[in-house]
Amino acid sequence: MLNKIFRSQLGPLFALLCIVVMFAIADQNWSVGNFLSWGNIRVMANGAALIAVPAFGMTLIIIAAGIDLSAGTALTLCGTVLAVRLNNSEVAAGDPGFGVIMATTLFWMILTGCACGLANGVLISATKVVPFIVTLGTMTIFLGIGQIISGESTVGPPRGNIPEWLKQLNVTGKNGDYLIDGLMIPTSVLIACLLAILVGLLMRYTVFGRNVFAIGSSESTARLCGINVPLTIVSVYTLAGLFFAIGGLLYFAEVKVANPSDGTGKELEIIAAVVLGGGSLSGGRGSIIGTIFGALIIIVIRNGCTLLSIPNTYTHIIIGGIIIIAVIVDQLRHGSPEWFFHLIRKT
Amino acid sequence: MTAPLLEMSGISKRFGPTLALDDVSLSVNGGEILALIGENGAGKSTLLKVLSGAHRADAGSMQIEGQAYRPQGPHDARELGVAMIYQELNLAPDISVEDNILLGHSGTGGGLLLRRKQRDRVRQVLDAVGLEDLDPRAIVGEQSVATQQLLEISRALASDARLILFDEPTSSLPQKDVARLFEIIERLREQGIGIVYISHFLEEIREVADTYSVLRDGNNVGSGKIDDVSDAQIVSLMVGRDVDDLYPSVPHQPGETWVEIDQLCGSPYPENVSLSLRRGEIFGIAGLVGAGRTELLRSVFGLDHINAGSVMVDSRKIAANVRNRMKAGFGLLSEDRKSEGLAQDLSIIENLTLGGLNQYTTCGVIDLKRREQNALRWMQQVEVKAHSGHQLISELSGGNQQKVAIARILHQRADILLMDEPTKGIDVGTKAEIYRVMGSLAAEGKTVVFVSSYLPELLSVCDRIGVMSRGKLREVRDASRWTEDDVMAAAIAIEENIPLNH
Repeated sequence: MLNKIFRSQLGPLFALLCIVVMFAIADQNWSVGNFLSWGNIRVMANGAALIAVPAFGMTLIIIAAGIDLSAGTALTLCGTVLAVRLNNSEVAAGDPGFGVIMATTLFWMILTGCACGLANGVLISATKVVPFIVTLGTMTIFLGIGQIISGESTVGPPRGNIPEWLKQLNVTGKNGDYLIDGLMIPTSVLIACLLAILVGLLMRYTVFGRNVFAIGSSESTARLCGINVPLTIVSVYTLAGLFFAIGGLLYFAEVKVANPSDGTGKELEIIAAVVLGGGSLSGGRGSIIGTIFGALIIIVIRNGCTLLSIPNTYTHIIIGGIIIIAVIVDQLRHGSPEWFFHLIRKT
Repeated sequence: MTAPLLEMSGISKRFGPTLALDDVSLSVNGGEILALIGENGAGKSTLLKVLSGAHRADAGSMQIEGQAYRPQGPHDARELGVAMIYQELNLAPDISVEDNILLGHSGTGGGLLLRRKQRDRVRQVLDAVGLEDLDPRAIVGEQSVATQQLLEISRALASDARLILFDEPTSSLPQKDVARLFEIIERLREQGIGIVYISHFLEEIREVADTYSVLRDGNNVGSGKIDDVSDAQIVSLMVGRDVDDLYPSVPHQPGETWVEIDQLCGSPYPENVSLSLRRGEIFGIAGLVGAGRTELLRSVFGLDHINAGSVMVDSRKIAANVRNRMKAGFGLLSEDRKSEGLAQDLSIIENLTLGGLNQYTTCGVIDLKRREQNALRWMQQVEVKAHSGHQLISELSGGNQQKVAIARILHQRADILLMDEPTKGIDVGTKAEIYRVMGSLAAEGKTVVFVSSYLPELLSVCDRIGVMSRGKLREVRDASRWTEDDVMAAAIAIEENIPLNH
């Protein structure tokens, strides 16, 4: 069965391998040859996890023929809630009583993420306004709320107030403290893998998952089959909100500070991961494993470019180009686009 | 004698295996209104499309005022003076009246839209269709449907149309606007414009047309002056088909009444429809496209909003939503197989089991293996031809797609199957298989409601048939007591009675 899942995702996997090989060769010839070292692989895996976790939520939304532009600001809003709570804590990490504070903090953070998703889902279902517009609106709303909570500045809780495990989430160094001793896999990656399995099973083996595919593929068919379309849509966005919250946690653990405006632009990276992984913006198509490959593709390019000392500006152009090429290739695989036929007919 | 305005001769058009038009000829003079009559699928629309340049004929020739006429496309046809007013309006709703009228016309200056220069012309064509009060700067979408239709006509006039084709222009109009439309058409005729008019309603045709031409199965079967024929004659020209043995019958015996539909009202259709259905019966619903048959099925299934009325199963009232109706045993086969009936990007198994997944779940987790086995069994039962159950719906032929759609309703364990045009666009062999499935369902004691525009199949397959017209269920009789002519007469709601032969 694993075999079958992989076979359906050959495209993104092939693209990923090509890019890895390309950078590995370039790195060997023009740089110090660090690209395929274990240390760097850990760095890349961690980076991919940061994108992949929120992208799982986005995958659900995109399969249901939706889109969430507020994902980035919702993610940093959650991070901000976390940071502000830790910042205001009068008990330092490790001291008695901190456990309760940490637990309520996580609860609030997750609640924030789900509330953001719920708001999107309800607005989309109730008003029938297209998701693009609704989430374009909530994108700036979430940004504004985050800025109010943070007092329009970056929130950096004192290091003493951040618990050890949170600091260790994204450790990638040689002597870092890993969750499983002797197995040098960043905790963020383990979390991402666990979530990937859970969502993968959810989409494959539950009625909810199959209904999401049906709605994305043809909403009127779903309605004809008695599926509760509005409820499913609201659930999808709310569940995605949960993933954005976890994404916010990982992001906070990475940078140790929270700035609500960090989130702007992140949504595009998240959407790009889903699309690179074979998700179709017209709905009905997308997969968790594909999204993981998509996130890896983005990270590998970024990391590879850094190692090759290619300026950031060019990295943007390369990633943009890859996204467009990937989508064209994908369209060619699934019934060619109109223009392609015209091209053939002319020549 | 001068050449007629339009002369079509020997027009043939083939779509794949079906011959949509077979050696059709037609002629229209300036100032003449020709009614093109025929059942759904008789080839009227194809003929108009050939005429308006949307399709190109495989054989035959067309002449306008003696000149060869070979439109390369709808735009070209318009330039040559042939304009078509479609059933659905073709205006850009968000822009102004004058911009719509001038859309696509040459006569603009170097790419600039010289509205001021054209305003007189716009005014003139608006006046010509009786829209003297309409501001050319008004937004089209804010006007009524009737006004928009007149705008379409004025757009045709702005391009100096000599021949205007109307495809069922009254189907989307309220009754009071129909008279106004006829008045405008009369005015066009006086200007010497030739008109081809398609309508299902005989009374309408009598009112406007001078001449008629009847198509059946893509052939000319009769033409002449409208005053020379009776409605009954036209109806028999339209139907007049031999029923052959393409209708396998499975013996079944209708039982007790168990479904009561009481005074169902939607907006606007159905209009006050009451109907009771028996176990083990195939109930046919005949009527023309737009008579409210689809709306009736959808309201019964809980998919369309209703204003009043109820649906009872075994004397239990069922709430008007899809989930409850499905639980009560209803299943709907959509008329729109492509976009509503099936999710095209999903596999056969996925489509077949959609809506019935709960039978495979324990704690929300689906038993995929059992689902696949069950789905494959259903595929065999209705004889879906496919490589595997994982094949995508979009890769199947129309007939196989329809079988999957039917299998889905069966898989839902529906007892009351509402089938909307189940044989539309399906080859003859598969049709027969579908009739057989219907028959055996009835034999199992299920109820089948069969909507069709193709009378021979209704008459052969059904136990009882009801005819709908303009949202109302006109008359219900045993199938053996209907003839095609009677059904047609009831469907077009002719006031005077055609002599019934029973």
